[in-house]
Amino acid sequence: MSSTTAAHHDEHHDHPTGIMRWLTTTNHKDIGTMYLTFSLIMFLVGGAMILAVRAELFQPGLQLMKPEFYNQLIGVHALVMIFAALMPAATGFANWMLPLQIGAPDMALPRLNNWGFWLLPPAAILLTLPFTLALFGIGDGAIATGWTFYAPLSIQGGMGVDFAIFSVHLLGVSSVLGSINVIVTILNMRAPGMTLMKMPMFAWAWLVTAFLLIATIPVLAGAVTMLLTDRHFGTHFFDAAGGGDPILFQHLFWFFGHPEVYIVLLPIWGFMPQILQTFSRKPMYGYKAQVVSLWAIGALALVVWAHHFFTVGMPVPALLYFMYSTMAISLPLAVLFFCWIATIWKGSLSFETPMLFATGWIVLFGIGGLTGLVLADVAADAQYHHSYFVVAHFHYTLFAGGMMGVMSGVYYWLPKMTGHMFNERLGKLHFWLTAISFNLTFIPQFFLGLAGMPRRIPDYALQFAEFNAISTVAAFVLGLSQLIFVYNIVSCARGGKKATDRVWEGAEGLEWTLPSPPPYHSFTEQPIVK
Amino acid sequence: MNSHEKRQQDNKKLGFKLLWIVGAALLFGFALVPLYNVLCTVTGLNGKTNATADVTSNKVDETRWVTVEFTSSVMPGLGWNFYPEQPSIKVHPGQIETVNFVAKNNTNESVAGQAVPSVSPGLASPHFKKIECFCFKRQELKAGETKLMPLRFYVSTDLPKDVNAVTLSYAFYNAVKPAN
Repeated sequence: MSSTTAAHHDEHHDHPTGIMRWLTTTNHKDIGTMYLTFSLIMFLVGGAMILAVRAELFQPGLQLMKPEFYNQLIGVHALVMIFAALMPAATGFANWMLPLQIGAPDMALPRLNNWGFWLLPPAAILLTLPFTLALFGIGDGAIATGWTFYAPLSIQGGMGVDFAIFSVHLLGVSSVLGSINVIVTILNMRAPGMTLMKMPMFAWAWLVTAFLLIATIPVLAGAVTMLLTDRHFGTHFFDAAGGGDPILFQHLFWFFGHPEVYIVLLPIWGFMPQILQTFSRKPMYGYKAQVVSLWAIGALALVVWAHHFFTVGMPVPALLYFMYSTMAISLPLAVLFFCWIATIWKGSLSFETPMLFATGWIVLFGIGGLTGLVLADVAADAQYHHSYFVVAHFHYTLFAGGMMGVMSGVYYWLPKMTGHMFNERLGKLHFWLTAISFNLTFIPQFFLGLAGMPRRIPDYALQFAEFNAISTVAAFVLGLSQLIFVYNIVSCARGGKKATDRVWEGAEGLEWTLPSPPPYHSFTEQPIVK
Repeated sequence: MNSHEKRQQDNKKLGFKLLWIVGAALLFGFALVPLYNVLCTVTGLNGKTNATADVTSNKVDETRWVTVEFTSSVMPGLGWNFYPEQPSIKVHPGQIETVNFVAKNNTNESVAGQAVPSVSPGLASPHFKKIECFCFKRQELKAGETKLMPLRFYVSTDLPKDVNAVTLSYAFYNAVKPAN
């Protein structure tokens, strides 16, 4: 808190220090920092889990673990990465940057905001506790069904399933509260003069995300509640012997699960054009087209879910509907891609770390999108379904499209948040190591999938050995190079070259008009936007 | 600070309004359970065959042959043998047939099972009519008992023209509690 106004406010409010500051805080910057820190920690936890999996897959045969433990690791890895790493990262950015970008003094519902965050650590503990309990001989470990909870397997599973169900309930409540807060903030708290069509793209994207969240998370909550009552209270929602239907679970799950993909990615599509325009030093291309595309994708996301289980035995008309509607999503998504490329087209580009991640993100996320189009084809999907092709595809969307997008955002806003510049050399090293090892990890998995290696199995046939060995070595490089990221963030928070208010030469937007770091209370007098 | 308080009021109001959407979405999730079954029944998706027969208005289409194939499986947790007496049968649409399935309880206690039928291709399922079926209710077998389980059915004459073969699959489950 270097600025004098900030010091004044701190005294004025006399807020607690130490742990009580973080437990009781309603300040959007504090809560944003907690979300982002939580996300980073869980990113490392989820990464460690999958490195254990890759170590097992280094050679054919079972060397390191039992298949049961393997099954637990892959499921919890996915749940941790999606619910505890990617989603909190997006919410953290929303907390930190939305009020600054729209000129609001804070989020609209600050106490709800505090509660929304503090539901997350208990949820993460619930999810991972069964691992520890199993070490003491209690229960048989964490959920072993994969992250999708498919019935009837999840009905037969051990108490790890119950832990995961309650964890998902908590995570769901947290995201719903966060979303309500975002919607109210965006609709009610904008600076005078900032009409909806003058909002930063990040605000638009988060608005769509928040509506998707409050429309689909409750459906997931309902589905896992039915699972819970099937397991313990004698209902038969998903039990065929009692008149239920296991396929119903897949419909309910993916009614949430497909929009979830966009929930994770949309906030990144929001801030990415801002990063691209900053380092291209020219205005964003196609603002209106991007806004319309974001809403179109949000709407289509709700009606395409069954492409996740084409092979379940649907009649041809249903297959055709879900195939064509899924492919229709590529139209607005292509509009977004063209807008991103047109934004940097003939710009005065410079490749600082955030821009390296942003341009790498366009290419790699493009591969993720195009391979998704292959999977959306019913005839091709019969071959690729449940193979490593799917694993490679969704890691191109969720690691490259998701996590590398988040990293771009972190490097972009870190100087603003901390007031210090990060180590640019280490940032660039982090990018190149990440981009190269990521491709070396997952390109072999495309080939493995095409050759017929099924996912979620701890052992494999001998002919898959070479590709798996390459993938494992690259995965360890990928995992270890994230330690550079952690080191860079921590050292940047502790000190370094002082950041200017604008930080980046071409940065536009209200957040860059504030000092770096911004005072604890900002925009108590709202700016007028012309 | 009057405008500040007014804004807090507005924020709370909008927050509570959004909670209604959350509640509606939760209800929608549960409403999908019956809706899903209604959709399956109406369209015949997912091969659900709840179609029971209307015996009176029955004309036989002797110009056409349809092969009906039978498959059976016993789900884990039920110690039975269960198989059709014949793997398939050729019928005219509209012609009523009876086939038998054999079930044997290999355990030394009395067990109740519930058979769940499924027809593929899914579009044929509304046209597969069961007059009498062991799957209509729970079946109880005493220790070591073997039982013939009859199925009376016909394939209705409005079966789509391009369907020449229909597969009826039964999965027998351990019926822990009475089925609804």
